[in-house]
Amino acid sequence: MLNTTSRDTDENGSENTMDELTGAELMEIMRECSGQGEEVEAGRDPLDLSFADLGYDSLALLETASRVERTYGIQLAEEDVAAARTPRALLELVRRTAAEAA
Amino acid sequence: MTSTVITGMGVLAPTGLGAAEHWRNTVAAHCRIGRISRFEPDGYPCRNAGQIEGFVPEEHLPSRLLPQTDHMTRLALTAADWAVKDAGLDTGDLPEYAMGVVTASSAGGFEFGQRELQALWSKGPAHVSVYQSFAWFYAVNSGQISIRHGLRGPSGVLVTEQAGGLDAIAQAKRHVTDGIPLMLGGGVDGSPCPWGWVAQLTSGRISSTEAPERAYLPFDADADGHVPGEGGALFVMESAQSARARGASVYGEIAGYAATFDPPPGSGRPPTLGRAVELALEQAKLSAAEVDVVFADGAGTPELDRRESAMLRDLFGPYGVPVTVPKSLTGRLGAGGAALDLATALLAMRHGTIPPTANVRPAPEHELDLVVRPRKTAVSTALVLARGHGGFNAAMVIRKPAGPEGKGGPC
Repeated sequence: MLNTTSRDTDENGSENTMDELTGAELMEIMRECSGQGEEVEAGRDPLDLSFADLGYDSLALLETASRVERTYGIQLAEEDVAAARTPRALLELVRRTAAEAA
Repeated sequence: MTSTVITGMGVLAPTGLGAAEHWRNTVAAHCRIGRISRFEPDGYPCRNAGQIEGFVPEEHLPSRLLPQTDHMTRLALTAADWAVKDAGLDTGDLPEYAMGVVTASSAGGFEFGQRELQALWSKGPAHVSVYQSFAWFYAVNSGQISIRHGLRGPSGVLVTEQAGGLDAIAQAKRHVTDGIPLMLGGGVDGSPCPWGWVAQLTSGRISSTEAPERAYLPFDADADGHVPGEGGALFVMESAQSARARGASVYGEIAGYAATFDPPPGSGRPPTLGRAVELALEQAKLSAAEVDVVFADGAGTPELDRRESAMLRDLFGPYGVPVTVPKSLTGRLGAGGAALDLATALLAMRHGTIPPTANVRPAPEHELDLVVRPRKTAVSTALVLARGHGGFNAAMVIRKPAGPEGKGGPC
């Protein structure tokens, strides 16, 4: 799924290749690594909720970061991962790191 | 001193998911020992185990607990849920320091650990789950149960091999005696994976007999070792006053307990299981003649069986007390085995039936009144024995509750 080259539009409406991690993919990775998060209120984007509100603890975040690193062949700085409070912050960290590595 | 009673139990064993199914299959002597199905046992010298069938973790636990738990922890979490519910408690309503948990362990999360070690050497450290940090750990069941139910009272883990189930319950009882309102205690164990299996084989006590119904025959002339199994039981314990005050029904009272440690091999000094029995009876203020049934350790190796039957003859006389080994249906469940025996003993008191020892023709040399068919009889006092590899002995005396607060009637 992550290796397809079709084009896609992410939540912000900006175009990006599927080689770049999408928000939906990140949430799916979190679910696979650490189980289903808490129910999200209708109308709220889970990407903007805190990991704590989603029911994911620091180990869930570490496990997710480790999976993302393996899948994308990147190295995330530990302190940056720890500082990410929401899935969107983690997503931005991944994209920034991948862009810097490219 | 206030007495400690058991007001809830959660049973997960090869004989059943839940106490009711376990009891039905135990009385019916449905032997659950069979060829290992959890991994390919060809190539190992011993291929039988007592396995739990039909346990679907997703049906019992939230999805977030699954990636971080070994098989035996999932069983333990489920047994803990059932024990709490059976006791009529809602742990969300309790003050956080009002309850603690003590479990027994033998190995920890071996199946989880094997998977992650394989990931480590075949793919590299980045592929090891972060949850390996605690999922393998032998104290993990106490930790996960404590987190799930918010139990911040005194908690811990005991590792005394097969004696652990009783030792953990006794430790929980000490906390109740010290004034902790409620405790969870017991053991659930099992490592159905090659790594766990070879660890068990090193004991030299595992039967290599191919026919499942001939592989674990405690006190039989053909005894040649035991079969490992998985599962166990957890209990809610509290003071008799507390149980009365909240109108909880009671399975039984923990009337006495003692643990001893054997002298080293070659010392010439005798084993000390008998001393544990004497001390437990003394604590319960009971004589040997008042014991209605003994749930024996039943090691299933000739020498250990002889030691146990000699001890029983010394204390109770030849054929002096009904003896049973219902674990002949499940195999020996490591740290969960003696806890399951305690559950079976409590159910025997409740139902007025001594459950049978399966598949065994008692060897005359033991001079035991071994119960091989269910025996209807009033059971007011039961003695549960357990020995752990390496010299551990434990004996626990339980007593039927007096009066109307007793749990359930015959059914």
